[in-house]
Amino acid sequence: MSTYAKKKGFGATLWDFLTTVDHKKIAILYLITGGLFFVVGGLEAMFIRIQLAVPNNDFVSAGLYNEIITMHGTTMIFLAAMPLVFALMNAVMPLQIGARDVAFPFLNSLGFWLFFFGGTFLNLSWFMGGAPDAGWTSYASLALQSEGHGIDFYVLGLQISGLGTLIGGINFLVTIINMRTPGMTYMRMPLFTWSTFVVSALILFAFPPLTVGLTLMMFDRMFGANFFVTAAGGNTIIWEHLFWIFGHPEVYILILPAFGVFSELFATFSRKRLFGYSSMVFATVLIGFLGFMVWAHHMFTVGLGPIANAIFAVATMAIAVPTGIKIFNWIFTMWGGKVRFTTPMLYAVAFIPSFTMGGVTGIMNAAAPADYQYHDSYFVVAHFHYVIVGGVVLGLLAGITFYWPKMFGTMLNETLGKITFWFFLIGFHLTFFIQHFLGLLGMPRRVFTYQKDLGWETSNMISTVGAFLMAVGVLVMVYNIIITSIKNEKVGNDPWGDGRTLEWAISSPPPFYNFKQLPLVRGLDPYWIEKMEGKTEMTPAEPLGDIHMPNGSFLPVTISFGLFVAAFGALFHMDDKAWSIPVIIIGLLITFGSMLIRSVKDDHGFHIHKEDLMDNTDKGGKS
Amino acid sequence: MANEQSNSANPNFNLKYRRKQSAEEMKHQVVTFVLMIFFTLIAFAAVAIEGISPWFIRPTLLLLAAVQVIFQLYYFMHMKHKGHGAITLFIFSGLLVGLITVLAFVTIVWL
Repeated sequence: MSTYAKKKGFGATLWDFLTTVDHKKIAILYLITGGLFFVVGGLEAMFIRIQLAVPNNDFVSAGLYNEIITMHGTTMIFLAAMPLVFALMNAVMPLQIGARDVAFPFLNSLGFWLFFFGGTFLNLSWFMGGAPDAGWTSYASLALQSEGHGIDFYVLGLQISGLGTLIGGINFLVTIINMRTPGMTYMRMPLFTWSTFVVSALILFAFPPLTVGLTLMMFDRMFGANFFVTAAGGNTIIWEHLFWIFGHPEVYILILPAFGVFSELFATFSRKRLFGYSSMVFATVLIGFLGFMVWAHHMFTVGLGPIANAIFAVATMAIAVPTGIKIFNWIFTMWGGKVRFTTPMLYAVAFIPSFTMGGVTGIMNAAAPADYQYHDSYFVVAHFHYVIVGGVVLGLLAGITFYWPKMFGTMLNETLGKITFWFFLIGFHLTFFIQHFLGLLGMPRRVFTYQKDLGWETSNMISTVGAFLMAVGVLVMVYNIIITSIKNEKVGNDPWGDGRTLEWAISSPPPFYNFKQLPLVRGLDPYWIEKMEGKTEMTPAEPLGDIHMPNGSFLPVTISFGLFVAAFGALFHMDDKAWSIPVIIIGLLITFGSMLIRSVKDDHGFHIHKEDLMDNTDKGGKS
Repeated sequence: MANEQSNSANPNFNLKYRRKQSAEEMKHQVVTFVLMIFFTLIAFAAVAIEGISPWFIRPTLLLLAAVQVIFQLYYFMHMKHKGHGAITLFIFSGLLVGLITVLAFVTIVWL
């Protein structure tokens, strides 16, 4: 049963990952898939920057450029950032609250495979007649006019992967509410777990509007409905509202986990308790609430009128308050601490000014009259890349470096990590800082080329150079990951030396059943408390006993694969292909057949017996 | 769930207590049920009887509807029981967010 004792063949490992319901392995699946999509999205970004490096460039055509920018945004948000966030949540959150696994391990696996097949479906559009080309927001007036199947790939692919995200979010909520170890009260939960909790609630309330929007779009495009067709009595603005009622919480779904990671990092590497813990929790929850009340600030120029614009502008500016609380708390955590500048800490320190700059331009955009100037210019592009790259991506890189030993049992090389950091940070600011000024000089968003002598040439070239520096940083990171995996030098429980929370009290990587005995939590930063009292491990909260574990299952793959097949049928049904209806039926049969098997087949899991646990001497199990 | 567990070694004692609890529960449900039927009758009557101003009927109907929803949630769907804190929190924060969105649409956005 042991996951690390014996070496398995490739086939066995593959089958193990295809059927796993273990949160730690699903985290690795999310990490690999998210990482691959991150590289794909990054390549698309490089193509954009190459095309824009010089005026009147013909590296790509206008139509292909539209497809590239659409897929860059969609891939980075839905297929790279979301799964990487989910990878960290899956790897860390159950350990942080001392749970055996997530509440519904089968659903966890199902969520991953739905995301995987949805993302694959979306990216297959490149090889099947063209990718979506109406921007990642896919505004209806543009999307309904788009020829080919690009938008249909967008609608169906996001529908399937969105289902996976929703399932994952509900799963995390139930886990955090029900499966905390004895003593782990809400106000003792680490900040990363708190942000997972709030983010899951945001997913629960934000994804249904997207589902509705995508369904209406699907009906409009495939079955001749007129929800968004103004000429037929519909209203194209409905899509914009639905999209942004989802879309604004979505950006908080991405940034809050990064905030959580940084909160852990600042406390760990300053060797200090997080400053203002309760105000941090309060700020996280408040950002979650306010995130739902500001969606129309993406639509100031639609013409909602001065009253709506004013109210949404003020609501937007209100978000700066809880975010400011967080920024100051992080600074005060470092103040007077014994700060160690490891690679993750470098990311954390660099995050503060980078993200604050994105926040400040956010407030500038939130001023509705000024936004009429910034709207649809490179100023907006610079703003959201500052918050997403300067916040989310720095958070993900920091989190992956920080938790790498916990996930894989080996440390990434620190020197190479720092090289990655400096290339990425300098490249990032070089790419996007100048874009503020490009925007103010009038360069519009989403143009595939521009004329000479508008004063944009030098700035665009600088921006492209920056993009290449970021690419070098990512390549160094990939190299780092490869050599670390080849060397595979195993590390102990707490490789960073200053771990505070429960995940550092368990071996790296943890055994598949997590804590042998649920640990007793006696306060905030439980492992730190035990360490300060001279102990080396957590006090158990229960006697050693049998552990009930779920069996692995291949059904999540087949359920998701069925929807993947059915989506192809639905897509080509528009072309009056004779085979489309049978394909839809076969796909749905696979899905519902698998669900039926899951329903009627009893699967009670298995028990790891107490005696087997006592044999395991590596933890010196006391009972 | 929390109510089903017994801390007592004496099964009779527990049974007696639980019988009493169930009777109490039953009483609440019957009273609530009668009240809900009564409210429904009032609602129908208010619409059927002529001569009452719509400006009075509309808020009354909405109020009766809100009370019925609360009865439904608390007495029939057990939200008044212990261990439903998280559910209550989520229902009401969801309502808050949803209603503010609706309010925004009908007052300032003019979709």
